[in-house]
Amino acid sequence: MAAFSAARSSCGLINGLRVSFRSLAPVKYGAISASAPRTRPGRDCRWYSVGRLSVKERVDEKRKAALVGGGQKRIDAQHEKGKLTARERVELLLDPASFVESDMFVEHRCSDFGMEQDGNKFPGDSVVTGRGRINGRLVYVFSQDFTVFGGSLSGAHAQKICKIMDQALTVGAPVIGLNDSGGARIQEGVESLAGYADIFLRNVMASGVVPQISLIMGPCAGGAVYSPALTDFTFMVKDTSYLFITGPDVVKSVTNEDVTQEELGGAKTHTTVSGVAHRAFENDVEALLNLREFFNFLPLSNQDPAPVRECDDPSDRPVPSLDTIVPFESTKAYDMLDIIQAIVDERDFFEIMPNYAKNIVVGFARMNGRTVGIVGNQPKVASGCLDINSSVKGARFVRFCDAFNIPIITFVDVPGFLPGTAQEYGGIIRHGAKLLFAFAEATVPKITIITRKAYGGAYDVMSSKHLRGDVNYAWPSAEVAVMGAKGAVQIIFRGKENQAEAEAEYVEKFANPFPAAVRGFVDDIIEPASTRRKICRDLEVLASKKQVNPWKKHANIPL
Amino acid sequence: MAAHGVCPSASRLRLVVKYASLQSRCAVHTKAHYSTVYNPSEKTFDKVLIANRGEIACRVMKTCKKMGIQTVAVHSDVDSSAVHVKMADEAICVGPAPTSKSYLNMDAIMEAIRVTGAQAVHPGYGFLSENKEFARRLAAEGVAFIGPDTHAIQAMGDKIESKLIAKAAKVNTIPGFDGVVETAEDAVKIAQDIGYPVMIKASAGGGGKGMRIAWNEEETREGFRFSSQEAASSFGDDRLLIEKYIDNPRHIEIQVLADKHGNALWLNERECSIQRRNQKVVEEAPSTFLDSVTRRSMGEQAVQLAQAVQYSSAGTVEFLVDSQKNFYFLEMNTRLQVEHPITECITGLDLVEQMIRVAKGYELQHKQEDIPINGWAIESRVYAEDPYKSFGLPSIGRLSQYQEPLNLSNVRVDSGIQEGSDISIYYDPMISKLVTYGATRAEALSRMEEALDNYVIRGVTHNIPLLREIITHPRFISGDISTNFLPEVYPDGFKGHQLEADRRRELLASAAALHITAQLRSQKVLGPLRLSSAPVEDSCWQLCAELGEERHPMEVTKSGDVYTVEVDGGRVEVSGQWNLSSTLLPLTINGSHRMLQCLSRDASGLIVLQYLGTLFKIRVLSKLASDLNSFMPEKVPEDTSSLLRSPMPGSVVAVSVKPGDTVSEGQEICVIEAMKMQNSLTAAKQAKVKSVHCKPGETVGEGDLLVELE
Repeated sequence: MAAFSAARSSCGLINGLRVSFRSLAPVKYGAISASAPRTRPGRDCRWYSVGRLSVKERVDEKRKAALVGGGQKRIDAQHEKGKLTARERVELLLDPASFVESDMFVEHRCSDFGMEQDGNKFPGDSVVTGRGRINGRLVYVFSQDFTVFGGSLSGAHAQKICKIMDQALTVGAPVIGLNDSGGARIQEGVESLAGYADIFLRNVMASGVVPQISLIMGPCAGGAVYSPALTDFTFMVKDTSYLFITGPDVVKSVTNEDVTQEELGGAKTHTTVSGVAHRAFENDVEALLNLREFFNFLPLSNQDPAPVRECDDPSDRPVPSLDTIVPFESTKAYDMLDIIQAIVDERDFFEIMPNYAKNIVVGFARMNGRTVGIVGNQPKVASGCLDINSSVKGARFVRFCDAFNIPIITFVDVPGFLPGTAQEYGGIIRHGAKLLFAFAEATVPKITIITRKAYGGAYDVMSSKHLRGDVNYAWPSAEVAVMGAKGAVQIIFRGKENQAEAEAEYVEKFANPFPAAVRGFVDDIIEPASTRRKICRDLEVLASKKQVNPWKKHANIPL
Repeated sequence: MAAHGVCPSASRLRLVVKYASLQSRCAVHTKAHYSTVYNPSEKTFDKVLIANRGEIACRVMKTCKKMGIQTVAVHSDVDSSAVHVKMADEAICVGPAPTSKSYLNMDAIMEAIRVTGAQAVHPGYGFLSENKEFARRLAAEGVAFIGPDTHAIQAMGDKIESKLIAKAAKVNTIPGFDGVVETAEDAVKIAQDIGYPVMIKASAGGGGKGMRIAWNEEETREGFRFSSQEAASSFGDDRLLIEKYIDNPRHIEIQVLADKHGNALWLNERECSIQRRNQKVVEEAPSTFLDSVTRRSMGEQAVQLAQAVQYSSAGTVEFLVDSQKNFYFLEMNTRLQVEHPITECITGLDLVEQMIRVAKGYELQHKQEDIPINGWAIESRVYAEDPYKSFGLPSIGRLSQYQEPLNLSNVRVDSGIQEGSDISIYYDPMISKLVTYGATRAEALSRMEEALDNYVIRGVTHNIPLLREIITHPRFISGDISTNFLPEVYPDGFKGHQLEADRRRELLASAAALHITAQLRSQKVLGPLRLSSAPVEDSCWQLCAELGEERHPMEVTKSGDVYTVEVDGGRVEVSGQWNLSSTLLPLTINGSHRMLQCLSRDASGLIVLQYLGTLFKIRVLSKLASDLNSFMPEKVPEDTSSLLRSPMPGSVVAVSVKPGDTVSEGQEICVIEAMKMQNSLTAAKQAKVKSVHCKPGETVGEGDLLVELE
């Protein structure tokens, strides 16, 4: 009863209420009989069980039934597909013996289409929910059980998920969803749809309060996709997971396109083309182990600072390799990941969306043990320019970090925004504005290092001093200017001869960090090898940073 | 020391005493220590330009600095921030990356000499070191060439001429054809006369380039074609010669040092038999094979040859030595050799210093009887290459981490790169020369083992696995080697260290202990926590490790810093400091010290450890994860037999097929040139060519698709 009251009090949903009334009878029954042994402690339960199983035996039986979900045959089928069961996944994700399950006895309440028959009732229904620990830290988990009605979402299923989400919010701990569901429980009709909406609402309410992570480990189609889409991070399992609004058959009938499930909504599509998913893993085991690792980077809620893990890597470690990493020719590319990995603790960088909009690199790392968010232009891909996709990718990441008190370190080598009709028609103006918005509104510690180019509006956008960057450094190779020498000279000295000479003058004046440094737009010009030491020291100081934006209901980011 | 020139006998006596005292302590420490002390009053040059790059440029500069000589580096544009450039007092860019436009660009280098006012040029090895035209132009400008004079370079640089001179100087030579081979058909005819096997080599060649062995007519034709192409691209001279190929020989060379006054010394031998594709991999001095009689007669012949061409400066006379200790003159290298450090180690001479003195016109400081064999020195050439592909195909990349084993004594590392350096396709892929020294061979060898284990190289594939296998191989240890050592010992190609059961247990136990250490660390969240943490307080773990195809269940217990691991029916105790940020893992395994390296460790349990030189990929999972992992489907890798990918980065020289052609197994499909070596890529099966994805002149990366078969 106490558990249900949480669901009721938080939102007062009619659906939630109805659900709890319906399930009242078995609960009441359970409550009375559960008190029975207390009156006669030490006695054998069989004394009470005249003509039927004792409650304890029934409890055991139900628990046993819950543990096998849809039965061994379906479990075998699940394994055959290269997938783990809902419970195996939870067991692997959480610390040993840390899982505390709730609602093991909840059953669906549908009475149509023969669903009321005993054989169609599964204790726990098609989802496993509860809380547990990952490396000792609290987390709430739901894991959809494909062996029970294909993991389809019933009212009871949704109610179970809502319950743990509500509790996660009140406690302040992340929610991880392991999705493996065929979709709505059609037999339940609108109740299933209501269930989805209940979850969506909670996803939105929890957004920015506790981290929410979705791991898609099977199908996730139709309206169901919007729950992962609302969470902070969506990961997928290669070859066995799909995300789409409508499947290939409907696509064929509506648009006459021939497309496979994998092409339409597989891990590759969503991690490289659509940007819906943030990363994909080879299989269930790898995905869950990586999720554990990823979880270590995150604070439990917006009330907690970025976590600090014990660290062996000296914070003052010089990084001599950085002194030679930026090539002399400003047209030559280098790999921003080399810089990031060399600077962060133990070369340990958890990249987010590594295969999407590769001209910007984002991800989590640690500096002297403390989680930081890293944003960097990638000169290796499209010269590191900002375009629609990279702006949106960067913006979403920056906002996550800001919401959860994770300092942001930005490495800048950006020649500008990508020109062209495709970009303009696609709305680069409003999409680029998102990244600008995200950096500007962020109040977490912001440290920026200009490694080479910082040209034009893109310079402003990339966590510049003007957007309240706390510490802005330039390497000696930095060039902060409106544009590159060639273009600038063509405009300033239009039609004049001696373009080469003018270009040389421009390079001398602007292709260096001084114009920015003399105006105080960068705080210092530093030796690349000292970057790690400097960042670590700054982060220590900035740990007590306090900055508040003006009161507002919420900002109006250009969507 | 100024007395040397005046009173040779007295100084000789002093030198002998000096060496005697040196014998008791080791001459080489972390940096090269020489027994001859630089004499500051002996004035040589004010400024020397080093017309080279990489380790040899740095090596020469070290001695120049010691002698108080200003140094000038030349470099290509991609080398602007190279170590040799930073090390020099002045640096001049002589052109873009390709060597023909920079390090071989005589005009630019002459200009650099003029601009900087360098009085002398040290050419190092390779590039212009044996180019008589360069030496001539220097002479014309009155700039000293630190090497022999034009006449000697010309005489010895031409293999045909050098052989004739050697014959005349009563040096043993190999039977062969003493003339230039004009066509492939000529080559076949001559080869039949001499008798197979024959060696086809570039007249202007050296360093294994433009060299092919042929066992039949077809190979002779092919070898003729390749060698002349390689010779043309490497030396700008496609003349070839043919000689009898001595099967199973040793390659032993004599270091000579001569001055401009007719004095010449032999500085003992270097054993360079461990080669792959005619390029040296491991060298040692002295050789286990030579007795003092053979050594003396080789040395004396080498000196005869040097004197026959009025040789001055340091030079090397290469011999092939057969199993009966018959030796044949191969060629003379009129320059400093790559492997000169091992000679320096056992003789105590600084060869670069001697070259500079000689170039200035000083007489030699030593007499033949002053030259000792002092201990034993081994050199391993550490290359950026993949030893699993024909004992080493070039690899390129950026040295993301680089740490030389200079913490050990009696180790010398000659390198011209540092952390962050790029190994590019333009230049030789050598990372460094790792030299160890000891009073005995066994001492030098065991130090080499340690040095290789302590050498951290990340970012490029390197040949340390192969080097370590060679120096620990029983045949190598016993001195039973020849130039065929590698193909004989590894007939199916190099496969890395083959673990014995004990070693495998140690490796698995180390991986398990590392895994647990990392896991325990994940629970250590610092600072005040709003929600308390509930770490798992285990001290016993059930794990399962996958190594190759095999699974090894393990039980690990921990007490303090010591892990006890039960694996494969044995018990292993592992302890160490467990610094998770360090690549080097100094562990104590069952009481003995072992240096492992952890190259990567990821969330899915994959740990890459370097143990006994070889990289092993071990996947450590909890028992639960391992059991569940058995349900995971095997992902089928793409069928590569129909795809021809570039095995290394390089440029396409020729494409021999076009779409629609039918190729048979082993037929040449295209030729890739990398680091000046031409590599013929052949079809893995009989098939029709579906598509061609490259064209001559194109640059390709490792793994790039070249040709697709049906």
